[in-house]
Amino acid sequence: MESISFLLDGFSLAIQPANLLYAAIGVIIGTAVGVLPGIGPALTVALLLPVTFKLDPGGSIIMFAGIYYGGMYGGSTTAILLNTPGESASVVTALEGNKMARAGRGGPALATAAVGSFVAALIATLGLAFLAPMLVKVAVQFGPWDYFGLMLIAFVTVSATFGSSPLRGLTSLAFGLWLGLMGIDQLTGQARLTFGVPELLDGVEVTTLAVGLFAIGEALLVASRHLRKPEQPIPVKGSIWMTKEDWKRSWKPWLRGTVIGFPIGALPAGGAEIPTFLSYNIERKLSRKPEEFGYGAIEGVAGPEAANNASAAGTLVPLLTLGLPTSATAAVMLAGFQQYNIQPGPLLFTQHADLVWGLVASLFIANVMLLVLNLPLVGIWVKLLKIPLPWLYAGILVFASMGTIAANPSVVELLLLSGFGAVGFLMRRYDYPIAPAVVGLILGPLADSALRRSLQMSLGDPMILFQHPGSAIMIGIATIALVAPFIFRGLSRFQQDED
Amino acid sequence: MITKTPSSVNRTPAVIAVVLFAVAAITYWDASHMATRATYGMSASAASYFVALLFLVLGIGHLVSAFKPSDIDIEMADWKAVAWIGLALAGLVVSIWLGGGFILGSTLLFAFTARAFGRKALLVDVCLGAVIGMFVFLLFNKLLTLALPQGPLERLF
Repeated sequence: MESISFLLDGFSLAIQPANLLYAAIGVIIGTAVGVLPGIGPALTVALLLPVTFKLDPGGSIIMFAGIYYGGMYGGSTTAILLNTPGESASVVTALEGNKMARAGRGGPALATAAVGSFVAALIATLGLAFLAPMLVKVAVQFGPWDYFGLMLIAFVTVSATFGSSPLRGLTSLAFGLWLGLMGIDQLTGQARLTFGVPELLDGVEVTTLAVGLFAIGEALLVASRHLRKPEQPIPVKGSIWMTKEDWKRSWKPWLRGTVIGFPIGALPAGGAEIPTFLSYNIERKLSRKPEEFGYGAIEGVAGPEAANNASAAGTLVPLLTLGLPTSATAAVMLAGFQQYNIQPGPLLFTQHADLVWGLVASLFIANVMLLVLNLPLVGIWVKLLKIPLPWLYAGILVFASMGTIAANPSVVELLLLSGFGAVGFLMRRYDYPIAPAVVGLILGPLADSALRRSLQMSLGDPMILFQHPGSAIMIGIATIALVAPFIFRGLSRFQQDED
Repeated sequence: MITKTPSSVNRTPAVIAVVLFAVAAITYWDASHMATRATYGMSASAASYFVALLFLVLGIGHLVSAFKPSDIDIEMADWKAVAWIGLALAGLVVSIWLGGGFILGSTLLFAFTARAFGRKALLVDVCLGAVIGMFVFLLFNKLLTLALPQGPLERLF
């Protein structure tokens, strides 16, 4: 298989000492930042992007892979020891993991999460290596109309299908689309929504939006809620190693979690919440000790943690092959690629084959490093959890603003960052999801130009979107996904009225 | 702590609806001032008109939901803490705007944010913020050769 020879080439790139060092630094700082309470992988990657600016593209992407997996792992450590999941995907891990830690079994909980993540990421990265080239073969035949259809699906699934209400999700998406309009139009060179401010001509930076919405918005929310005395981390007592019984109870949930997580992550619908909740429910049903669930069942940590990591590797499939981010983390990663002047998509596999396979190989290596480094270093991560909250958030704000002005030293950029922080605070406060805004900013301009290219090719006839079966089907799916929640909600209300 | 609005209209969605209408109007106004037309297909203003329409529809949606019972509970907020963080960000912006440099700006940002989270020892936090700002500046400007804004303090290095 050609994938294997490409992958071997990738490993020969990734295993060079300098690149190994980049991967190790990435894994360590990724875990260190990801472990901080309230910081999920998306924010970890966004905060650490500027650190990788000046490296060569190969090195920075490899470091990036390490940061990504490190951030994921750090998030689950916080969920287990502190019961403050940094992102919705580790909510389930906190459910059983924190109970285990309280019962003095924090070590095995961390271990099953670590080994489960390792197994899941290993299998899922293999899946990525084999699935991606196949998808690329299909994707190179895509016309702009097909891309437009795909982006519609991504818009609808990210904003309307999940989340507390489609109205709020779509509003968040609209905010992102609106920001995407700003700047010089690529096709005609006209300025849109710049209000005469020259700094806006280049458009809004995705990292500025992500850091503003996530980091500053979160800091404002935590401060406003008076959560000044957080829960103390639970010390890890006893052996950190899993017993024979733990292994026996864990290995099947790991595999099942992987099987659930990877395909759902790879769909353009994306998201890690669904697979983690699914995995949790399945493990509870299949467990021989269902009575332990809710009181610290190891299956309830092993399964969802594997599902979470497998779906994270799954989201890399649409990201790398189609340039389609389906989660906030993937959206921030796409912004990172664009900063190195790399545009993910089918062409990436032909133009920068060495880079892609180097990245896939680094994912394997970062995965092994995580397993080797993290369990022995768990004492250090626990110490990081003890940083007083005022200093923690003050430090986060300094780091966030530093990254923004390092990338673009202007007062306008800082004002944008503060403004996005205020919007992010209000969105969190009133329960609007954040990810659709980031995805809208990235995909909005791409969808705009895909649609306009299609219409230029058809001399202005919009029927071109429906004459090609691919785009017609995808637009159909997007429409159904948009309308379905409203109908189902209407139906369920109707049923409630009947009762 | 949960606040219940006594009136029959939910204030929050109503206010958001007004904001959405305003954004729709601004976007429409901006698009109508774009001169160049495309020869074939859509011109650059079409996407603006679409987004304006989307905002209009979402605004109507929010207006409708304002007359329904609220499905989320809004917690009480400590606006004083929020104001401190606002002051912290303003400190950074003003410092960089007036040429005070990154270290001074991040010191203010650090100290005021810590204050927002309930720290009272402002002097200690100012010192700590200055040390962190200096460390970050040296790391980024010297080691990673990224240009952070410079003021009188930074020129000493």
